[in-house]
Amino acid sequence: MLTYAIRRLILSIPTLLFISFVIFMLLQLAPGDPMAQVPLTVPPEVKQKMREALGVGQPPLVQYWKWLVQVFWIEPQVLIDYLFGTDFSEGKQRVISWQTRSPVMDIVIQRIPQTLSVVGVAYVVAILIAIPIGIYSAYRQYSVFDQAGTFVTMIGFSVPPFFTGPLLIVIFSVQLGWFPSIYDTTHVVTDWASFKLQLQQMIMPVMVLALQITAQLSRYMRASMLDNLGQDYVRTARAKGLSESIVVLQHVLRNSMIPVVTVIALGIPSIFGGAIITENVFKVNGIGQLLLTWLFANDLPGVMTLTFIFAVLIVLFNLIADILYGLLDPRIRYD
Amino acid sequence: MTDTIAPIEALQDKEPQKPPRSRSKDVWDQFRKHKGAMFGLFFLVLITLAVLVGPFLWDADPQKIDIRNKNMRPIYTAIWDSTAKVGWHKPLGSDQLGRDQLAQLLSGGRASMAVGWAAMILSLFIGTAIGVAAGFYKKLDGLLMRTTDLFLALPVLPLLLLAVTLFRQPLRANFGPEGGMFILIVTIIAITSWMPTARIVRGDILAIKEREFVLAAHSIGTVPGKVIRRHLLPNVLSPILVSAALGLATAIITESALSFLGVGFPSDFPTWGKMLADAVVRMEEYPERVLLPGIAISLTVLSVNYLGDGLRDALDPRIRGR
Repeated sequence: MLTYAIRRLILSIPTLLFISFVIFMLLQLAPGDPMAQVPLTVPPEVKQKMREALGVGQPPLVQYWKWLVQVFWIEPQVLIDYLFGTDFSEGKQRVISWQTRSPVMDIVIQRIPQTLSVVGVAYVVAILIAIPIGIYSAYRQYSVFDQAGTFVTMIGFSVPPFFTGPLLIVIFSVQLGWFPSIYDTTHVVTDWASFKLQLQQMIMPVMVLALQITAQLSRYMRASMLDNLGQDYVRTARAKGLSESIVVLQHVLRNSMIPVVTVIALGIPSIFGGAIITENVFKVNGIGQLLLTWLFANDLPGVMTLTFIFAVLIVLFNLIADILYGLLDPRIRYD
Repeated sequence: MTDTIAPIEALQDKEPQKPPRSRSKDVWDQFRKHKGAMFGLFFLVLITLAVLVGPFLWDADPQKIDIRNKNMRPIYTAIWDSTAKVGWHKPLGSDQLGRDQLAQLLSGGRASMAVGWAAMILSLFIGTAIGVAAGFYKKLDGLLMRTTDLFLALPVLPLLLLAVTLFRQPLRANFGPEGGMFILIVTIIAITSWMPTARIVRGDILAIKEREFVLAAHSIGTVPGKVIRRHLLPNVLSPILVSAALGLATAIITESALSFLGVGFPSDFPTWGKMLADAVVRMEEYPERVLLPGIAISLTVLSVNYLGDGLRDALDPRIRGR
């Protein structure tokens, strides 16, 4: 198991390097010019100097190498400095966003709390709803509850967030006036009233996201429970005279959770990736919204770093899911 | 004389009681039992026919600007609001530029469905080709599956947005604004969605490859290409069909999402996602402009998903016949 994990970890390094190279080269093809916003009265040689100051004048491979050094060598130093108050990174060049002229990582760190509080809460809510629904609809297969549950999950699958979002806004903000339609990121929770306001503004985006995630998870849960409920060991457990709750909630549930846990682990990168569309609809100032702004502003270092962070998270959680699978299920051997 | 001896009863050739049943009939019978799938099929056919034939029956130009008749409400609004601006010449109302909503819905649906079908077929083609190659040729397996993992590790929506912003200009220059965008969106959706199909097909090919009938085919000298076409592909058809249904649904949603984010088709070319995105700013006064395209997208995807669900049940021999 340990050797497997180490091998996979080592293998993921060339994968990530390759991914970053592909993304970088794709970005090099971008038609956008960082100087597009500079007034036309600025003479060309000054523009050339500005371009060089941004690091655009050099050949792509040199730029790629510099980016690698900045991300893998200098940014960790900045983190260490921040944590321990040392000064390793004094005077070293960090990854700078073209749009805001400030370090990319600082902006990402500023945006992460908003994304985590909305998408993360939605994920937790979805797990809490999906698992009981999945268990019960598998236990009473083809019952009214199961049919209704399947229908709701199908709707959650099929109705895109850019439709549910505006729909909820029309119903709950415009008609009923219960919740604000725009997420106020500057809102600070200090007392009970402000906490209530925070809850109110979180409810709609969380509901939109949770509907989607619940749909996927409860289907997995139901399928996995159905697979296990037909197994021989369930009949044995019943024949031993175990109560139905122990059979279902201990014997079957534990076995059915194995694939579901890995599915949950595989979904975690999307929490950090933020929900581009949902954040856009509710104007949440999160990572997904940041990526969209940077893409439209042709901010290559920002887009590059952000996309790379997503790729790292995806690869990492793929690895974690595989290892979890091996840890939870003793039948699976990787060696 | 041998013919006088009556054969032992157990060895008698009895006529089959029932006429033989073909596999496709079994599948169809199982499929018909799935109510949701039947509804899905019905609505999908209905919507497809509507967007195919509809523009000929309702031949208003979806892009024609008619500023005198702008901001009309759908005809049914008159039931509860007698002062609403309605008219039979614009059954579903018109937008802020007076463009006919019904005609926009129909031609928008055409675009969405065309993108969905084309992207799904292309992605199935890539996925099946890579899956078969990886499963059948052992030398290619490692390389192709690592490539698949690599594509799975790429974040899809950011990459889609990236590719759209990158390649929009050259393709538009070569194929015109609509054609170029169509090619771009279809290709990008296909390139980012073939991986599940490839994995499933590879798994099935690996299992089927070891069966006796493939060995028999090899031993009578069948060339590999023919083994794949005659013996392997028909056997992996069912997982391909199921992933086709799912692929169609995701392709339609992805296209709408791209249009919604403003990187889809050009602004005067209606698609469902674009109609929805344009209407969001005015949804307080004109909620139907959000609702109609939204319901169209959702209904299409819902019926495709139910169809896929029914197909999966019908094509699974473990479930069929129960």
